[in-house]
Amino acid sequence: MSHVLTHVKYQLLETIRVPVAMIGNIFFPSASMLFFVVPFAGDDPGASTYATGSMMTFAVMSSCLFTYGVGVSEDRAQPWDPYLRTLPAGPVPRFAGRLVTGLALMGLALLPVLLIAVLLTEATTTPLGLLLGFAALFAGAVPFTFLGLLIGYSLPSKAAIAVAQITFFPLAFGGGLITPPGSTPAFIEAIAPYLPTRGAVELVWAATTGFTPQVTSLVMLAVWTVVTGAFAVWAYRRDEGRRFA
Amino acid sequence: MTETLAQAIEVTRRYGDVVALDTTSLDIRAGELIGLLGPNGAGKSTLVNLLAGLRRPTSGTVRLFGGTPRDPARRRELGMTPQDTGLPSTLRVRECVDFVAAHFPAPAGRDELLDRFGLSGLRDRQIGGLSGGQKRRIAVALAFAGNPRLVLLDEPTTGLDVEARRALWDGIRDYHAGGGAVLLTSHYLEEIEALAERVVVLGHGRTLADDTLEAVRGMVGVRRVSLTAAHLPELPGVLGVEREEERTHLLTADADLLVRELVLAGVPFSGLEIRPTTLEEAFLAITAADPGAAAVGTAA
Repeated sequence: MSHVLTHVKYQLLETIRVPVAMIGNIFFPSASMLFFVVPFAGDDPGASTYATGSMMTFAVMSSCLFTYGVGVSEDRAQPWDPYLRTLPAGPVPRFAGRLVTGLALMGLALLPVLLIAVLLTEATTTPLGLLLGFAALFAGAVPFTFLGLLIGYSLPSKAAIAVAQITFFPLAFGGGLITPPGSTPAFIEAIAPYLPTRGAVELVWAATTGFTPQVTSLVMLAVWTVVTGAFAVWAYRRDEGRRFA
Repeated sequence: MTETLAQAIEVTRRYGDVVALDTTSLDIRAGELIGLLGPNGAGKSTLVNLLAGLRRPTSGTVRLFGGTPRDPARRRELGMTPQDTGLPSTLRVRECVDFVAAHFPAPAGRDELLDRFGLSGLRDRQIGGLSGGQKRRIAVALAFAGNPRLVLLDEPTTGLDVEARRALWDGIRDYHAGGGAVLLTSHYLEEIEALAERVVVLGHGRTLADDTLEAVRGMVGVRRVSLTAAHLPELPGVLGVEREEERTHLLTADADLLVRELVLAGVPFSGLEIRPTTLEEAFLAITAADPGAAAVGTAA
């Protein structure tokens, strides 16, 4: 356990030393919040609560894809990574440290979105709703974490950046996270339930508003979680086999 | 009997079709300073990676402190050098040392360690801003951060200037004087001569020699005597013979004696050349030659 904390501490330290990398992670969801949600739905408590849920899910997804996808891939390219494997701790603390660091960065991306929602919109929920909302975000983060790890363990870093960007866009739009609630084009309404972003955001809506999630979205979220999980394990094992067998 | 810290027993390692190590054995005992020599691709790094638990042998056994090096607990008394190109550039030198040291139960004191390798002045600098030589020295110092009993140093001084190299050698000698064991790979003969007591030579994944420094140095003093002659008599001190069309190459530790005997024998020859062999050539030739074939028979 102390090894995990050591790894978290130094990974956070490494990240904080390059603030620009963190700003990218924080900027997108906050900017979307400022440009799309505040002017269009800020006065309507219902709409802005939904939109805040969308932006929080958006922040979680992009944070997972980039910190895990690109981060893992870059680490794998460095000889520092195998060196750490020769220390008397094994690969677990580094892996666990990476997950915890990713969660911390996710928290950093979520915080400004929440602040903007509270200060600049009429978005509202109960304290219990807020707590459940975070629990829902956490559950929804699982398939995106797997997706990030899949990208990170199976691709070289330049390809990982491109794939993370390419994946993140259709997932955000196709899941209906970017379009203002109520004015989502019909074709997106049709495909959204089959994307993990939709199931994830519906969980958040259900936690924070009176929304009743669609069965299809939740079933598909579970399917995505299992499938991305299986592929992430496959990619991790393949990488282990190539570099350390 | 001295304790054996690490062992490779009949180890073979393949990468696809490439055989990196071919039934190689090596024992590292407490307090030894072993130089591992060999050309690129000889299997040095593969052997080091197997001993550090980064790789599994295809066949054979690797043991470290009485267990498998794949078990993290067995690596508590092992130190290893990272490649300097990969040090985390945003960390400060002291942070990097602290990070590595935090993995060990009884690490060395950080400031004392930095002092030992002449790095005290860089303590608060970010690694990304340091020169290649400075990074290299930090990488070597990291191998000693956990207070190890055995250190694996893979090409520790590559790319260092003479002064920095000597400073590192002093650090390694101090550690060894305190009872620590070292396995040092290098393709610099000079480095091995300056540090090692025992020398192991690898070529094409096999152990070509494993002996004291003096004995191996004797083998390295081999010369190549090349000439064109239809027939050669039996000559003293010939270690190996190679034929290449009409040229005959004789390997010998005493070229002067060989030439004297050749002249005295009165056989006609032409195009006499004497060249030092490279380390690699000498070892490959010596081991390739069947001892019984050392005497030269009739020319082909």
